Amino acid sequence: MYARTNKTARVLEAARALLLLEILSGLWLAITYLFKPKVTLLYPNEKGAVSPRFRGEHALRRYPNGEERCIACKLCEAICPAQAITIEAEPRADGSRRTTRYDIDMTKCIYCGYCEEACPVDAIVEGPNFEFATETREELFYDKERLLANGERWEQEIAQRLAADAPYR
Amino acid sequence: MAELWTGYIWPTIIIIAQIVALVVPLLLAVAYLTYAERRVIGGIQLRIGPHRVGPFGLLQPIADGLKLFFNEIVVPAGASPVVYLLAPMLTFLLSLVAWAVIPVADGWVIADINVGILYLFAISSLGVYGIIMAGWASNSRYAFLGGLRSAAQMVSYEVAIGFVMISVLMSAGTLNLTGVVEAQRDVWYIIPHLPMFVLFFISVLAETNRHPFDLPEAEAELVAGYNVEYSGMAFALFFLGEYANMILMSGMVTTLFLGGWLPLFAFPPFTWIPGVIWFALKVAVCLFIFILTRAALPRYRYDQLMRLGWKVFLPLSLAWVVITAGALHVFGWLPQ
Repeated sequence: MYARTNKTARVLEAARALLLLEILSGLWLAITYLFKPKVTLLYPNEKGAVSPRFRGEHALRRYPNGEERCIACKLCEAICPAQAITIEAEPRADGSRRTTRYDIDMTKCIYCGYCEEACPVDAIVEGPNFEFATETREELFYDKERLLANGERWEQEIAQRLAADAPYR
Repeated sequence: MAELWTGYIWPTIIIIAQIVALVVPLLLAVAYLTYAERRVIGGIQLRIGPHRVGPFGLLQPIADGLKLFFNEIVVPAGASPVVYLLAPMLTFLLSLVAWAVIPVADGWVIADINVGILYLFAISSLGVYGIIMAGWASNSRYAFLGGLRSAAQMVSYEVAIGFVMISVLMSAGTLNLTGVVEAQRDVWYIIPHLPMFVLFFISVLAETNRHPFDLPEAEAELVAGYNVEYSGMAFALFFLGEYANMILMSGMVTTLFLGGWLPLFAFPPFTWIPGVIWFALKVAVCLFIFILTRAALPRYRYDQLMRLGWKVFLPLSLAWVVITAGALHVFGWLPQ
């Protein structure tokens, strides 16, 4: 069990065990940790940093002049692996193609971000918000109105994040 | 009638008042020990610990207690109901009963009996019954294994504890705990008996099923050991019993080795602080080491536990008894 070293080493080894040196140094280390700064985040009051690429709650964006970005190309609907997106579209009175219905079933969504990647006009994006828990399942079936409202609410942060991530795209 | 009053009723009232005066602070101490443990272990693990309920989370133990109080007590279908419900009561009761002989200050002791240490030893040995009963009556594998482990463990370490006590008793020359404390007026026994103090403390960790010897309730292997089937107030009694036992054992270490209620130095300003405060301070230091050990050390393997108890502690404590007896005889230090 013991390495066949000289007798002094073995005596020292026995003395270390008997004097509980290892245990005492362990306890001392624990005490020093007691005075180190704590890493706990007091969550609802403090929040962690979120990456610009964070894929949170969806939002539909508008151009600065108020026009919807979405052109109803349905690329997001096509690429969605969870088939969470449903789009219906018609030409508008002025002849431009726009969605009449844009639904995302947030209970199906896997937050892969493919819709955002597929979108040619940066209309559908996944914003930085991750606190959208609800008390009923129905509230998670997002319609176009809700998504546009999200876009208005988060536009500033979404634009900043898109700009920050642009060099890596 | 007057004789009935002075002879029976009045003494009973006095004793009940004494018991209440001891048990209420003790239960408060138990509640806040759980809080202190969570805060200290949290601190060591770079967390904060409970701090939401009340200022600094000070109401957390009360919230926990209320929650357990309103939980249902589930008795498993295969369990033996009477023994099953008796076990937590026994554990809790025994952890309180032992306090009768511990002097918390000069003359502040409910029963100043001549064989205080034997009483204490007997009660702490009985503690294992609560756990065995719980393990057996639950009719569950994990609980049963926890009960078995605990029985073997507590019996093994009691032998070492007994021998350490003998060394101390020989030096003090009395079995009365007040006498033991008085005998430490010149020098606390932690100084001449330092190796035995360390050995006693480690044995106490094993005796109270604390880390690193918490095999009876090893959560990784046995889920929670003997208390796996318990819920609600029945579980709370086990929990309180375990923590009350920690305080009791710290009180025992304080009385036997740290000079009980005696101040650190026998001159002002140390003598201005009342004895109860000194006693509580010493108990608190012991409890802090209990908590620190839990945060710092990993659990022993079962064979290591048994090896330590029987092959290291037993010979060492036995040798120390012989050394103490020899020294007392040769140098003429025998008491009286």
